Amino acid sequence: MTFQKKYDVIVIGAGHAGCEAALAAARMGCSTLMLTMNLDSIAVMSCNPAIGGLAKGHLVKEIDALGGEMGNVIDRTGIQFRILNRSKGPAVRGTRAQADKQKYRLAMKEVVEKQQGLDVKQGLVERVVVEDGKVIGVETNIGVQYQGSAVIITTGTFLKGLIHIGLVQYPSGRAGEFPSEKLSDSLRELGFAIGRLKTGTPARLNGRTIDFSKMSMQPGDDPPPFFSFTEKGHPLRQVPCYLTYTNERTHELIRGNLDRSPLYGGVIKGVGPRYCPSIEDKVMRFADRDRHQVFLEPEGLDTEEYYANGVSTSLPYDVQEKMLRSINGLEEVEIMRSGYAIEYDFAPPTQIRHSLETKRIEGLYFAGQINGTSGYEEAAAQGLMAGINAALKIQEREHLVLARSESYIGVLIDDLVTRGTLEPYRMFTSRAEYRLILREDNADLRLRQKGRDIGLVDDAAWDVFTRKMQSIEQEMARLRTTRVKPGSAVNEMLEARGTTAIVEGTSLEQLLKRPELGYGDIVTLAAPSEPLAPEAAEQIEIQIQYEGFIQRQLDQVERFSSLEGKKIPLDMDYAAIPGLTTEVRQKLMDVQPASIGQASRISGVTPAAISLLIVAMERKKRGKVAG
Amino acid sequence: MLDQDTICAVSTPPGEGGIGIIRISGNDAVAVASKVFKPRADKQLTPEESHTIHYGHVMDPATGDVVDEALMTVMKSPATYTREDVVEINCHGGMIPLRRTMELLIAAGARQAEPGEFTKRAFLNGRIDLVQAEAVMDIIRSRTELSHRAANEQLLGGLSSEVAALRDRLLSALASVEAGIDFPEEDIETDTGRLLAEDLAELLSGVEKLLSSFIYGRILRDGFATAIVGRPNVGKSSLLNALLKQDRAIVTPVPGTTRDVIEEYLNVGGMLLRIVDTAGIRETHDMVEQEGVRRSLGAIENADVVLVVLDGSEPIHESDYRVLDAVKEKKGIVIVNKSDLPRTLERPDVQAPIIAVSCRTGEGLDDLKHAILEMIQQGAVAARDHAWAVNQRHRTALEQAKASLQKASESVTGGLSPEFIAVDLRGALDSLGLIIGATYTEDILERIFNDFCIGK
Ligand SMILES: Cc1cc2nc3c(=O)[nH]c(=O)nc-3n(C[C@H](O)[C@H](O)[C@H](O)COP(=O)(O)OP(=O)(O)OC[C@H]3O[C@@H](n4cnc5c(N)ncnc54)[C@H](O)[C@@H]3O)c2cc1C
Ligand SMILES: Nc1nc2c(ncn2[C@@H]2O[C@H](COP(=O)(O)OP(=O)(O)O)[C@@H](O)[C@H]2O)c(=O)[nH]1
Ligand SMILES: [Mg+2]
Repeated sequence: MTFQKKYDVIVIGAGHAGCEAALAAARMGCSTLMLTMNLDSIAVMSCNPAIGGLAKGHLVKEIDALGGEMGNVIDRTGIQFRILNRSKGPAVRGTRAQADKQKYRLAMKEVVEKQQGLDVKQGLVERVVVEDGKVIGVETNIGVQYQGSAVIITTGTFLKGLIHIGLVQYPSGRAGEFPSEKLSDSLRELGFAIGRLKTGTPARLNGRTIDFSKMSMQPGDDPPPFFSFTEKGHPLRQVPCYLTYTNERTHELIRGNLDRSPLYGGVIKGVGPRYCPSIEDKVMRFADRDRHQVFLEPEGLDTEEYYANGVSTSLPYDVQEKMLRSINGLEEVEIMRSGYAIEYDFAPPTQIRHSLETKRIEGLYFAGQINGTSGYEEAAAQGLMAGINAALKIQEREHLVLARSESYIGVLIDDLVTRGTLEPYRMFTSRAEYRLILREDNADLRLRQKGRDIGLVDDAAWDVFTRKMQSIEQEMARLRTTRVKPGSAVNEMLEARGTTAIVEGTSLEQLLKRPELGYGDIVTLAAPSEPLAPEAAEQIEIQIQYEGFIQRQLDQVERFSSLEGKKIPLDMDYAAIPGLTTEVRQKLMDVQPASIGQASRISGVTPAAISLLIVAMERKKRGKVAG
Repeated sequence: MLDQDTICAVSTPPGEGGIGIIRISGNDAVAVASKVFKPRADKQLTPEESHTIHYGHVMDPATGDVVDEALMTVMKSPATYTREDVVEINCHGGMIPLRRTMELLIAAGARQAEPGEFTKRAFLNGRIDLVQAEAVMDIIRSRTELSHRAANEQLLGGLSSEVAALRDRLLSALASVEAGIDFPEEDIETDTGRLLAEDLAELLSGVEKLLSSFIYGRILRDGFATAIVGRPNVGKSSLLNALLKQDRAIVTPVPGTTRDVIEEYLNVGGMLLRIVDTAGIRETHDMVEQEGVRRSLGAIENADVVLVVLDGSEPIHESDYRVLDAVKEKKGIVIVNKSDLPRTLERPDVQAPIIAVSCRTGEGLDDLKHAILEMIQQGAVAARDHAWAVNQRHRTALEQAKASLQKASESVTGGLSPEFIAVDLRGALDSLGLIIGATYTEDILERIFNDFCIGK
């Protein structure tokens, strides 16, 4: 049966990628359908009950600045907020929140269901329907065909998902849910390469059986730092996490049972993430460590479930239990859900373009874990961009590609499409070469305008932003032009802050450059007519105090901009360029870089090859003019 | 790689003639050149005007020292070879000022051009046609081959492994800093404060050691330092001139006229010799000449090869022994000059080869060159294991790495947050990458996950 309504955009999957994709497309005016296997598991957090952290917090703020939803929902459902790296510089501070998992899921469900122009339906998609190299719709397991001009696949860990607990294994998309067995075959038939990855999760424990008094308590920040640049949430009740450690006995138990580990027995073939190793990995690879941290994180306010962060495992159930009970404070613990590893299919991401559209099939987009990433924030960021680009394409507008120099989202997508990934890809601040200018605090300065231009930032949010920009500008000008004269009051304050007295008239800006002083000190010398909002004040302080380093990075961006700006035509014939090695030629053909800048980031592509490419491009251009 | 920056290169073949031309091309060509070229006071430089020639001096902007007297030609875009702004500086003083001028230009913001790069730019900017483009491709291609070969040779010499070892340490230090940034909640001990400062100090001294121990590299770049020594009037200047076949040094029959050290370049069988002619070694009360003698002794000290000149037409002299003594420890050749005159000098009792020549007739000069070549080749072979063929590019890269490491150290000392330290550590890593291949984020992450137990 073919469903009567024809959609602009169909999104498969209602995970973190799917929800952002569907919302963006619908909000940009496209008639949108979101199809998912189970309407009760929209925006489920498969793994830990937390959003944000280093680099991931950056992503959430960027999503928010562009007009995405993740920041709003976590602000409303977070039960602990913290800024990591508070003692370090602003570029590497990351906001992290513990979420009430069920509330998060339900809040997002409400948003998508209430969204104008978005239909949310339950359905298991088994086939992508293609005609003449263009996608035209999808087909579900019960034989319903939905038609759409664009299809965005965001199926997470579900494609041929296979769960391992000890030597037991069974097909599943995530604990307690069905897998999606046929969709990746359909992609294979369309000619896509499909690979296999692996990830894992620890057990969930019953809080009533945990002795928290033996652990150290970790509260959040007060007041809680939020993600959204506009919504100032009314936070839920805030609760702490707890910290305990494994010990030699734990490690002994693990070592003694490795023969029953699917990881060490060679049963698992997929590649797992190195930054998220199982406890068996940690014990084996770092044998000299006599303990490892275990954070107990509440899964919500209305549940006794605790997530045991740090002991992800695929050991057999009985070993999991013994191992956990060897840990201080967990002597009596009851497991509610066991830990497990999961293997799943993914589509190596060099098969997509920066717009997230596949190179092979027009109108087909991949976003989220299917592209080899891991993490809610990484998924949401891709979902948002896929939704935006699908809508832009339908509206025949220029697609939106964020540069590496303007966002972590740009770094994420450029890394994926340029270098691919061999393990589940997670964002780190060290992946961003322009880290000092890609801060959480300026995500709105970097991206709000873009969000507004594509139509995702509403008037209210835009108004907040423009007012913030105005007050920053005015205050900057005031600090530059207002001078204070040396006097006892001024110099007493300066000396009290441990900095030298002034002997001549000095501008407020000059004074703020001194590392010992903050914006708060400066306004005591000469206050603005109206006090500044804290975010604006923070922005001013950062821009002035870190000016030197910021300028250095801006110079770097400038130097590379010419390479980024040199666009390589889509029909570039790499086979016809003399002098390229076979390896380089193959890589260029696979990646089809969009610019010389991107080409230079492909591993193995040498500066000499780039020179040849530039010359060949010029030759091609002139050949055209001549012919 | 970057097509916007300003490039420079010596555009006349090295070691030939006294005049050399340096060509500069790019947006900042005029600005860069103006930093090191000072027009004569009465002739104000007007670089706005295209195709003008200016007379003046190349000057070290830091010290104000005059490097050479020179002519500067300014050609503004687009009527130039590359269609960019082009400046040419004609130096007169031979190889040393030419090299020095290049260094100053690089310090002023230009980059040493890659082979074929001027032509490549000319092509990309539409100056030359499709057929010529093929030639450009060939140049780039052969350059790849050349650098491959050079890389292999350096591998033999050990430069690569030394740099690789440094980079490895640097990578560890950076991984440690990065781990501290990206994984603040992990129970790991990362390298900060004092420990990092120590690491950086050792890395710095490693880079400095590499820079200073480029013996063979320096020789390839600068030529074998060859000192001509001997008491006044034995014919040192005549020998230099005979070798150069040109009037460079002042030849005069009055003893002690060669008061300064004069350097010239000579190509002997493909080896570049930097010949230093020195004042006669002789007890003297003339202040200027004493300074000359001091420099002579210095020249002997710094020389790779010493040519001791004796006058064959006179009996051996008191001060001949002083000279022979001063070079005992060195690789030397004893030259008995003036073989056209009747010989009265007895054969000196030395280990070094003795060769009779006449600077006047040219007799024996070929034997001398042959002897020099032989000596160098033995020496060079012996020097192989601790000496590397470093070129200007490598040196620049090492200097940049050094500067970055120094900045990073300052940041550590200043107690700056680790991401600021990381900026310069990455800078240093990139610079070393110019010598032995780039470092990618993946390498850094790989190191983090290897060295630290990460994972909540
Ligand atoms: C066991 C486990 C451990 C993990 N560990 C971590 C971790 O340690 N750190 C971390 O950052 N991330 C971890 N993750 C990953 C994180 O959960 C995902 O990266 C993130 O949820 C991916 O988002 P997504 O939107 O791509 O997919 P998902 O959130 O997985 O959503 C996929 C959606 O697609 C639907 N769907 C699938 N197939 C079909 C189909 N054929 N038809 C219709 N609907 C379909 C599903 O029902 C679901 O709604 C883990 C995930 C799992 C399962
Ligand atoms: N007959 C003869 N005279 C020479 C020869 N070489 C140099 N002279 C002369 O010796 C004098 C001193 O030469 P000069 O090169 O200035 O000696 P220096 O002081 O060692 O540099 C000059 O008059 C030269 O012409 C030679 O081979 N034969
Ligand atoms: Mg002389």
